[in-house]
Amino acid sequence: MQTFFIVAILVLGFLITFQIAKASEYVAVLRGIEKARKQTNKINGFMLLSFLILGLIGVWYCNKKLSGKILGAPASDHGVLVDRMLYVTLAITFIVFIITQIALFWFAYKYQESDKRKAFYYPHNNKLELIWTVIPAITLTVLVGFGIFYWFKITGNAPKNSMVVEVVGSQFKWEFRYPGTDGVLGKKYFKKINDAESNPLGQLWEDPANHDDIYVSGESMHLVVNKPVHLVIGSKDVIHDVGLAHFRMKMDAVPGTPTSMWFTPTKTTKQMIEETGNPDFVYEISCDQMCGKGHWSMRGTIVVETQEEFDAWMVAKKPQYLVANPSMDPANKTDSVTTVAAVVQQ
Amino acid sequence: MSEVTHGQSGAVVAMPVHHEHGHGHHEQSFISKYIFSMDHKTIGKQFLITGMVWAIIGGLFSVLFRLQLGYPDQTFPILETFFGKWAAGGHIQPEFYYGLVTIHGTVLVFFVLTAGLSGTFANLLIPLQVGARDMASPFLNMLSYWFFFLASVIMLSSIFVHTGPASGGWTMYPPLSALRQAGDGQKIGTDLWLIAMAMFIVSSLLGGLNYISTILNMRTKGMSMTRMPLTIWAMFFTAVLGVLSFPVLLSGAILLLFDRNLGTSFYLSDIVVNGEILPNEGGSAILYQHLFWFLGHPEVYIILLPAMGMVSEILSVNSRKPIFGYMAMLGSLFAICILAFLVWAHHMFVTGLNPFLGSVFVLLTLLIAVPSAIKVFNWLTTLWRGNIRFTPATLFAIGFVSLFISGGLTGIFLGNSTIDIHLHDTMFVVAHFHIVMGVASFFGMFAGVYHWFPKMFGRYMNNTLAYMHFWVTMVGAYLIFWPMHYQGLAGIPRRYLDKSGWVSFNQFGDLDKMITVVSIIVFAVQLMFVFNFFYSIFKGRKVTTRNPWGANTLEWTTEINPGHGNWEGEIPEVHRWPYDYGKDGREYIPQTEPVGANESKH
Repeated sequence: MQTFFIVAILVLGFLITFQIAKASEYVAVLRGIEKARKQTNKINGFMLLSFLILGLIGVWYCNKKLSGKILGAPASDHGVLVDRMLYVTLAITFIVFIITQIALFWFAYKYQESDKRKAFYYPHNNKLELIWTVIPAITLTVLVGFGIFYWFKITGNAPKNSMVVEVVGSQFKWEFRYPGTDGVLGKKYFKKINDAESNPLGQLWEDPANHDDIYVSGESMHLVVNKPVHLVIGSKDVIHDVGLAHFRMKMDAVPGTPTSMWFTPTKTTKQMIEETGNPDFVYEISCDQMCGKGHWSMRGTIVVETQEEFDAWMVAKKPQYLVANPSMDPANKTDSVTTVAAVVQQ
Repeated sequence: MSEVTHGQSGAVVAMPVHHEHGHGHHEQSFISKYIFSMDHKTIGKQFLITGMVWAIIGGLFSVLFRLQLGYPDQTFPILETFFGKWAAGGHIQPEFYYGLVTIHGTVLVFFVLTAGLSGTFANLLIPLQVGARDMASPFLNMLSYWFFFLASVIMLSSIFVHTGPASGGWTMYPPLSALRQAGDGQKIGTDLWLIAMAMFIVSSLLGGLNYISTILNMRTKGMSMTRMPLTIWAMFFTAVLGVLSFPVLLSGAILLLFDRNLGTSFYLSDIVVNGEILPNEGGSAILYQHLFWFLGHPEVYIILLPAMGMVSEILSVNSRKPIFGYMAMLGSLFAICILAFLVWAHHMFVTGLNPFLGSVFVLLTLLIAVPSAIKVFNWLTTLWRGNIRFTPATLFAIGFVSLFISGGLTGIFLGNSTIDIHLHDTMFVVAHFHIVMGVASFFGMFAGVYHWFPKMFGRYMNNTLAYMHFWVTMVGAYLIFWPMHYQGLAGIPRRYLDKSGWVSFNQFGDLDKMITVVSIIVFAVQLMFVFNFFYSIFKGRKVTTRNPWGANTLEWTTEINPGHGNWEGEIPEVHRWPYDYGKDGREYIPQTEPVGANESKH
């Protein structure tokens, strides 16, 4: 019933508008098209000026309302660079925006049709054109220079001391792998992926580097504050994207083509809870590449903590190798310590 | 047909007037006149009207998914009435949501803003403005429309299949789009999508080749290339872009069809989907993105250039002043056309692309801002010290410039790879391209429709409705897309249909509601435009003079309702460029007027 009323009101409103529009056309014809046109011209000229003024106020108001809801301080070293670049670009483009929009609407208003004025025949001016070719070119060169400088800093090789974490996306979840004590992620092959045999990532057990790798799923990725992290990113099925809004980082997860990125988290989760005043704050991993019907809910979380907290978390983890091969687990054997050591040495 | 083949030379062509309607010398049946027509003007109208139908469908889809975005917790039982299982319980299902955004994007980018915009105005204006009786090949031209129609039928039918339409996003990235197991939308809907796009590309190529050959070969006597209106230059560059880049998309689409149906591995490698291990190894998912964006980026300019051309023409005519810097306008069109081919990988900064390659694309991408800036400054100077008449077309042209500035400037953020790391695939991108490519091009299209409606149908559209259309759309466009940038800055990804489960993205609830309400209003006003269009075809105020806007270009030297062949008798000869407005104290000097002995030079 409500829907019916809304539709009825819309149709009625439209009919009234249409009748007014038709009537105004008849009136214009009666009064003389030319005269009516000149009057409408004045109204539209005034409207353009009003649009400019109200629009600029709107821009200010929008910023006042929303600027507190965006960004916040970046939580990584790279984030600082990204934000700096962003604000430099914002400053330059905002100046251009203001000047050109004011010129556009002001000219339209000022030079609206008038019987007193004749249009000025002004087909070209090489000097002017040269000026507004060169100035944008120089400005953009500066932006390109800064941009590429930061870009190489961000995408350059990860520092030697960075911790490595593998992130694997699949419809619609994130899984993680830590390289264990050797600091090396073991080899894997997609055809070995088998959830029933406790090998969700397809690790090759014959590679000894795999024997101490820690598999984490269904909980947060843990990172150490102020320690660079090198994320090795992959996907099992379709393209996903590891989006880290607070760290200002993002990288696609492409099946068949491993990608990577690195950054240094600079604030622990606890610090961010204090800073944002939001007790529920948590770093989130958002999938930023359309990956199917669950794309919007493909969420992972990250905990940034001190080294001690991280170690305490990590020490409770069991390598996936032992989960998949319980016979190798020292906990299941009496005299196992030496055996495992031998296996690890292989 | 004889007058069609002779006309281009511009020499004396005998074209006897057989009867007063003056459309050729043979009676045409309804079918050959309105349906399988070879008259470029009719084909242009066919493109326009088909484009309008698609725009309504695409626009309606956006209203539906805006309902979900604005009111994710609310149920709309009426949706279930119409869409059944897709909106079970009055709630838009995720599969349906992604189908809606995919078809919305595809039809608006390709079917409306490519076919509906350049299909309409290239067909209508090229022969009329260069002084030709029809296109180089009227038959291929007709085929071009009917391939488009076929593509439309296939695309439309894909909406009604049991498993739903394609839902991988309008970019249709594999492996998602290559794997039937990955979701319902990846089943038959995606095959239909690919076939429809292949048909569309055929249509676009037939049209493009025709536009190019007509412009190069069939200009009337005296119409040198530098005397062509900027609309024609824009259509020319658009056609060149399309002819060079659409075949690449075709190859991309066909390889994808192979991967889907013939077991090839062009895009597939190392995939375990839904627990099933696929045999494919060695393909590259990124290859598709290169093929797609090699068209995809020029496509942006295929959409934008015709709008730029028409805006240049309309601003000049209605400010009663020559376009400022004709050669610079032309040079910047050329520069944009070249650069359009060299920037595609800026869509791929975060795909794992080699950072050095990325930096090259940053440089080339930001370079494109230079010709764009030149165009904006030239439009501003065209308005400066003019005597501006605010026809509905002029207002939309001014609106175009405003939107092009706003959307162009945010492109400087996204083209810079450092900032793109944060903004890539967020709502910022959505806001950026809707303003600069979507709404701005729509404004160009509206400006064109209002300006050339008298030429198309011999009547005017209702002005009051037109002004309301402009003001609501202008205000609405900014209200919808300006605040959306803030969502992007907060990092909210695109294509998230409900953000309430996210700690970082759930702070914009009221904003989404506002955007949804405004988009419904704007959509309603577009329906009013469509109504005005069709009503005015039959009932609009009649045009009583050949040249209602006091314009210089050739289309206004034809009869009010030109027949097939465009000019009674000889095609007029051209003696000057099209922008002699306000020269030597005269309001306008048509291109057909010989240069006087005492005329000042420019």
